[in-house]
Amino acid sequence: MKEKRMPDAFPLLDIKNLSVEFRTRSGVVKALENVSLEVLRGEIVGIVGESGSGKSVSALTAMGILDPAGHVTAGSISLGGLDVLGASEAVLQTMRGQQASMIFQSPRTSLNPIRTVGKQIGDVLHRHNMANRQNLREMVIKALKTVRIPDPDRRFDAYPFEMSGGMCQRIMIAMALACSPELLIADEPTTGLDVTTQAAIMDLIRDLSRERNMATVLITHDLAMAADYCDRIIVMHAGHVVESGTSRDLFLSPRHPYTAKLMKATPNGGGSLDDIASIPGGLPDLRGELPPCRFSGRCERHEAICDSSALIAKEVSPDHFVNCQRPL
Amino acid sequence: MNRNDKLRIIFGRLMQAIPSIIGIIIVTFILTRALPGDPAVYFAGPAATEKSIQEVRVSLGLDKGWLEQFWIYATSLATGDLGVSVSTGLSVKEELIRRLPASLELTFLALIFSVGVALPLGIAAATRPNSWVDQLCRLVVTAGVSLPVFFTGLFMVYLFYYILGIAPAPLGRLDIIYLSPPTVTGFYTIDALLDGDFETFGAAFRQLILPAITLGIFTLAPLARMTRGAMLQVLSSDFIRTARASGLKRSTVLYSYAFRNALLPILTTLGMVFSFMLGSNVLVEKVFAWPGIGSFAIEALIVSDYAAVQGFVLAMAILYVLLNLTIDIVYTLVDPRVGLES
Repeated sequence: MKEKRMPDAFPLLDIKNLSVEFRTRSGVVKALENVSLEVLRGEIVGIVGESGSGKSVSALTAMGILDPAGHVTAGSISLGGLDVLGASEAVLQTMRGQQASMIFQSPRTSLNPIRTVGKQIGDVLHRHNMANRQNLREMVIKALKTVRIPDPDRRFDAYPFEMSGGMCQRIMIAMALACSPELLIADEPTTGLDVTTQAAIMDLIRDLSRERNMATVLITHDLAMAADYCDRIIVMHAGHVVESGTSRDLFLSPRHPYTAKLMKATPNGGGSLDDIASIPGGLPDLRGELPPCRFSGRCERHEAICDSSALIAKEVSPDHFVNCQRPL
Repeated sequence: MNRNDKLRIIFGRLMQAIPSIIGIIIVTFILTRALPGDPAVYFAGPAATEKSIQEVRVSLGLDKGWLEQFWIYATSLATGDLGVSVSTGLSVKEELIRRLPASLELTFLALIFSVGVALPLGIAAATRPNSWVDQLCRLVVTAGVSLPVFFTGLFMVYLFYYILGIAPAPLGRLDIIYLSPPTVTGFYTIDALLDGDFETFGAAFRQLILPAITLGIFTLAPLARMTRGAMLQVLSSDFIRTARASGLKRSTVLYSYAFRNALLPILTTLGMVFSFMLGSNVLVEKVFAWPGIGSFAIEALIVSDYAAVQGFVLAMAILYVLLNLTIDIVYTLVDPRVGLES
C-alpha cells in the first residue's frame, strides 16, 4: 500500500463554484449552480438531498465521467492537486481507480454480468499496474479479504448473478479500493439492500475509510444514516448547496428550512409514522428562469427578499454555512 | 458444468430435434401433394395421351394411396434413400451433395462479409451517435433493407462485369476454362487450396465475390442495426459506468465489457440472418447462374418434383437444427447465465 500523508488542511477534493448544465431536447437543465464543497483526507462527508438534487452529478463530474450531454459552465475541481476539468482523458483514466474510486447503488447491475468477479477486480489491478499475470489471483484474493468476503478463493470464479446484493456491493468496494485510492465516492451504496446488510456495508465503508485515512464521500437521501456515519454533511436541493456543517451541528440545529423539513421527513426508530412530515411540493423545474433560491416555492418562510437578492453562504457558527436569506 | 455434462446435453438436444424432423417430414409430404398441378401430366409431356399419363403415374408410384406412398417414402428414407428427382433423373441425395456445398460456400462467404462490415460499423455508430459514421450506418441499413437482392445482383453484374470488366462473367462457380478441383469438402475454394492449386482457388474466389457481396448487403442491414442498438443499450448500463469509474481503458470497456455483452442479441440476429440467407439464396443463384440448392428447389417445386422438394426441405430442416444448436452452444460460451438445458 502507498504511504498516506497525515490529514492536513488542504482538501483532497475541492469543488469550487461548479455549475453544470444538461442540454436536452426539451431545454437546458441547470443541474448544478455554484456548488462548492471540500473533502479532507480521513474525513467522511455526506451529501444529502432528495432525488434530482444534483448529488450524483457533482460526484460524476468530480470523477470526470459526466454524461456527454452534461456541460460544465463554470467552476473548478481539484482532486489531490489535479485540475479535473482541464485534464486530458488519459490522465483522468489513470486517476480513476488509482486516486479516486466510486461505488454505486444497485451493485448487482453495476458489475459486468458475464465476467467473474475475480477477473473484474483483476482488470482494475492490471490496468493500474498493481499486479502482473503471476500474482494477479493472489492480489485479487487479498482485495476480497479486505472487504471480509468469506471464502475468497472460491468467490474468485463466481459470477455476480451467483451472489447476493450485499456480496456484490462488497465486490464493488473491493474493486474500488483495490488500488488504494485516496478518495472514495459512495453513491447511495445501500439502496436496494436489506436493513441488516445496509448496516454491515456502511460499517465496512467507515472502517476501511478510517484504516486507510481516505477521504470519503457518502451520497445518500437518508439524513439519519449520514448523521450516523459522516463527520460533515452537505445538504443539496435542486442543484444548490443549501447547508453544510458538522453532522452534530446540522442534526441538532438545522438552520436551513429545507434541512429542517428533511429531518422531519426522516423516520427514526422511536417515533411513530404520524410524526413523519412530507415536504410540500416537488423540486422546481430546472429548465428556464429560476429564482435565486430554488427552495422558495416550497418554503413557508418565503418573503420578498428571497426573490430579489442573490444567495450568499452565511457562516452561522464556525464551519456551519447556510445559503438562506432567512435562516431558522 | 464439466465437459461430459456438456456433451450429454448437446446429445440430448440433438435427440430432441428428432420429433420436429419427423413432423417436418410428414408436413412436407402432405404439402407437396396438396400443391396444385399433376406431375404425371407434366412429365408425360405435351403430346401425351390419357394412357401414357396413366403409365407415368404408375411408374412414379402416384397411383397408390397417400398412406401407402408415405410408407414407401418413409422406409426408403430410413435406408438413406431420398428418391430420384424426376426432372433431372439423378438421385436427390447426389443432387444435394453436389449443390448444398455450392450454396453453403456462398452463404458462408456472404456471412463473413456482412459480419465483417456490420459489426465494426454498428460499434462505431454506437460509440459516436449522430456522427458521420452513425449517418453512414443509417444509410447502409436503409439501403440494405430497401434494395431487393435481384436488383443489387444485377446492378453489380452491370457495373463490375459489363462496365468495368473487373469481375468474371456471372456464370456459375468456375469459369469453364478451369477444371473443378477434386472434391473433398465440396467447397471449390477450400478444395482448390487443399489441392495446392492457387490458380483455381483464385478463379473460384473471383466467381464468389459478387454473389457473396450481393447476398451480404441484404443481411448487413439487420446485423448492423442490431449491433448498433445492442451496443448503445449496453454502453448506457450501470456496469459500463463502473468500468469507466475504475479507470479501465476505453478499448477494454468497449470490447471486453460492452461488446461481449452486446454479443447475445447479435448472435440471435446472426442465426436468423443465416437461415434467411439459405432461403433467399435462390434469387442470387438465379442472377449469377449459381448451381446451388435454392435454384434446384424452385425448379423442383414448379414441376411438382416431389422427391426433390421433400429432400430439399429435409436438408434445410436438419441444417436449421444444427444451426440453432451451434448458436445455443455459442450462447453458453458467451453468457454464463444461459444453460443448455432450457
